[in-house]
Amino acid sequence: MRFLRRFLVRLKKFATDWQDEKRLREEMEEHLARQTDENLRAGMGPAEARRQAVLKFGAVQAVREKYHAEGGLPLLENLLQDVRYAQRMLLKSPGFAAIAILTMALGIGATSAIFSVVDATLLHPLSYPEPNELVRIEVDQPGVGARNVSISVPEWKDLERSGIFEFVAPITSGSTNLTGTAQPVRIAYEGVGPSYLALLGVKPELGRWFDPHDQTPGFNLEVVISDGLWKRVFDADSRIVGKNLRLDNDLFHVVGVMPPGFHDPGRTEEERNTEIWAALGFAGDNRPPPLRGTRGIQQAIARMKPGLSLAAAQSQMDALAASLQKQFPADYPAVSGWKVRLVPLKESLVGNVRQPLMLLLGAVGLVLLIGCVNVANLVLARASARGREIAVRQALGAARSRLVGQLLTESLLLSLLGGLAGIVILLATKGLLLRMVPDSLPRLGDISINWSVLLFALGASVVAGVIFGLAPALQASRLDLAHTLKAEGRGTTGSGERARTRRVLVVTEFALSLVLMIAAGLLLRSFWDLFNVRLGFDPQNTIAVRTWLPNPNDPKTDIYGSTAQEAQLLREMLRRGKTLPGVNEVAVGSRESMPLNHNRRPVPLILEGREIRGNQPPLVEASSATPEYFHLLGMPLLRGRLFSDQDNENAPLVAVVNQAFARTYWPDGDPLGKRVKVGRRGASWTTVVGVIADARTESLEENSVPKIYKCFFQQSDTDVNSHKELVIFLRGRLDPARIPDEARVAVQSINPELPVFGAATLTDVVSRSLSQRRFSMEMVLLFALTALLLAGLGIYGTISYLVSERTHEIGIRLAFGANRSEIMRMILRQGLELATAGAVVGLVGALIVSRLMTGLLYGVSPTDPLTFIGVTLVLTAVALAASYIPAMRAMRVDPIAALRYE
Amino acid sequence: MKEKSEVLQGTLALMVLKTLDVLGRQHGYGIARRIEQISGDILALNQGSLYLLLLRLEHEGSIVSQWGASENNRRARFYRLTATGRKQLEAETRDWNQTAAIITRFFEVKAEDLT
Repeated sequence: MRFLRRFLVRLKKFATDWQDEKRLREEMEEHLARQTDENLRAGMGPAEARRQAVLKFGAVQAVREKYHAEGGLPLLENLLQDVRYAQRMLLKSPGFAAIAILTMALGIGATSAIFSVVDATLLHPLSYPEPNELVRIEVDQPGVGARNVSISVPEWKDLERSGIFEFVAPITSGSTNLTGTAQPVRIAYEGVGPSYLALLGVKPELGRWFDPHDQTPGFNLEVVISDGLWKRVFDADSRIVGKNLRLDNDLFHVVGVMPPGFHDPGRTEEERNTEIWAALGFAGDNRPPPLRGTRGIQQAIARMKPGLSLAAAQSQMDALAASLQKQFPADYPAVSGWKVRLVPLKESLVGNVRQPLMLLLGAVGLVLLIGCVNVANLVLARASARGREIAVRQALGAARSRLVGQLLTESLLLSLLGGLAGIVILLATKGLLLRMVPDSLPRLGDISINWSVLLFALGASVVAGVIFGLAPALQASRLDLAHTLKAEGRGTTGSGERARTRRVLVVTEFALSLVLMIAAGLLLRSFWDLFNVRLGFDPQNTIAVRTWLPNPNDPKTDIYGSTAQEAQLLREMLRRGKTLPGVNEVAVGSRESMPLNHNRRPVPLILEGREIRGNQPPLVEASSATPEYFHLLGMPLLRGRLFSDQDNENAPLVAVVNQAFARTYWPDGDPLGKRVKVGRRGASWTTVVGVIADARTESLEENSVPKIYKCFFQQSDTDVNSHKELVIFLRGRLDPARIPDEARVAVQSINPELPVFGAATLTDVVSRSLSQRRFSMEMVLLFALTALLLAGLGIYGTISYLVSERTHEIGIRLAFGANRSEIMRMILRQGLELATAGAVVGLVGALIVSRLMTGLLYGVSPTDPLTFIGVTLVLTAVALAASYIPAMRAMRVDPIAALRYE
Repeated sequence: MKEKSEVLQGTLALMVLKTLDVLGRQHGYGIARRIEQISGDILALNQGSLYLLLLRLEHEGSIVSQWGASENNRRARFYRLTATGRKQLEAETRDWNQTAAIITRFFEVKAEDLT
């Protein structure tokens, strides 16, 4: 308290330039006068009395200095002085200042840019209160190889009663068709438990959320809509609450509007863009009562009781799971190994982007470090020119700490100016940079240059300034005074130590660049391999558009409720599709038939005559398609036959499987003629009639995912999937700008209430599935090239410096008849030595780093010799090229001039 | 030498505060004289550093100062204890007594007392 008060008074005096000097002088004079009087009274002569008084007072100058210091803040004063001095120094050498500031600006700007992404995604992934209490409930059955299986209503109730959670909210996501507006729109929809909003800690902006009585048996007709939908479709109508909406032919009414910026914490982009929420009914009129084994809830999120740690919650959960398994052995067969995992919600949201983002942050951090090393090199070079100045100051009595402070101030000023410039550049190019970030990144919309990013930039600038300033500053202040002052006019020559420091810096720089280049090389090879992977299908000249068939609660209003009705619609779509301009082929498939662009949601598979282990059948990828699908996508038939128009709703059910499917389930036998049941309970026996070649339709990385295709004309209620999203594939000489509209008109000429959306060329779809990899690869490559450039400049600078220091020596060598090419080789050898040392250190570093990024690689080993050797050779070549110019200069040294100059 | 003056630093502040407490309003010379008188010749006070201390105590808010006229019509800067300073003095007196008591007890202890 007293200290603070004293500090504030001093600060005030410092700021107002208040002087206590006069006061001290007056007081001192008074004091001495009194003491002199006293001494006179004691019988001393006048001169002696004054002398004794002064002696008794003590060292006046020391008191005055300390008094001055107490009257202000000497640290701050020194700092201001240093800053003013540094400013003058930088203005005197604008070239050096510009290069240093620009290097720092690029380094800090790029680092801050990546940090802003990390900040929005990894550090603040959830914008809900107390985000650490939020978990996702993930259920696995490792015994039968099933992950993320659904849960049943009784299981949900068990979780709610367990005492572990404050709230548990079941969620099922899907789509719905909003009609009654200008155009039918397909909207991402979620049925959620009533505690959903309380769990997330959010309040509706308008109206209310569902209260428990909304969660009645049967279908709930209340919905809450998103702020976006409210503004987009309802013109922000303030009286929206209570109005009706027609969703999938059912009438709902709006009870609330969500606050702006609210997003569902879903795992997929689609879930995160949910715009309509309804309370789950669970005991619908036309559905069976909830059984423990009827696992219809796709996912659940929960808020743990406050103060409960994740580990404690998990152990309580394990105990609950064990007791349930004992209590209901029929529903939890031991072989399935039913297990409930509590995963932090933020982990499930951003877990899969953590590794690539950390890689980028690491890469950009290395670039910044290399930038620092480069500037340190520049500062060192300048230090040799400034050696005399520093020596003179030291000789005049400047304390070493004061000199180091002065030089550090200069570095810090440089890096802070660089950081400032970096932030300015970042703000100016923000829009451009954001466009480079792939859309699939969660929380893309929340990336901003906020205070924490600015703070980060400030911190990075200070750290960078200290890093590149400290070594040169310490070294400069350790000068040998006598030697430096004697070395008239030459600046300070090759103090061996400085040359050594420069070599160490260049080796460091080279090693860091090598690490980055190898990382970039490995990513590039992974990307290239994926880019050139044999797809197994042909995405060229194909456009896919989607539509959504309403799935009303009342079966009587479902005009596509029966297989025959739906088959009729499909035939009509195929017929009208063919009449569109440029279209040669048309096929329709279910949502899962869309290559590389669907959420994988495997369904149970039952094989005829094969026993099911533990009541839990294996899960496979399945989709439905019309007969033309395989030819349109260029997926060749290997055995049997494809679908034909005769495989209609009246004919026996047929299916086509891929090679991986045949290999997995009938490794020795003939798949043709075998019968399977695909889908939920009550599915009918379906005969396999054909085998097609494997294609990477599920993921580019995986070559052979077992997949079964059913004939779309035979799809029935109990079939593959309950949701009714259709994909219409059009192939031919298409105009991507016009075909979406033409397709919409064609579909709506059949039924004007069908929404048509999501038009995309398949080549775009393929390329978009690589977008995150492309982003990481491009960024790391960009950083690596920057590093390469900086390392090249660093080597060039150092070798030039060494050559200029050795000019005299080279002159003597030449005068004694040394061969010029010998001289050149000598200099090149120096460059090569530095490169070799850097390569050794860098290769070790690269081995460590590449091991850490194994998960990001595809088709290339983390120790890929080609990349390691190739990159090392490239860097060595750059080092040689950078040494070549100074080597040429050394070769051309005129011995007479070199010697006379001395 | 140096260590001696450092030891004095803390106690000097206490002496100044106590002096002002006893004498009320006083100028720098008066304070210096008083401290010398009371301590006898044992304490060789560096008078210059007294003014530094006075400025610091003023910055800390323990004392305030003001120009005024002294007994023989001389101009002098007078120092006076504030409420904060009085509290500080009380606290430091307590601390000092406590420390002194502990040290005294250490000196009183003889070897046989410890067995």
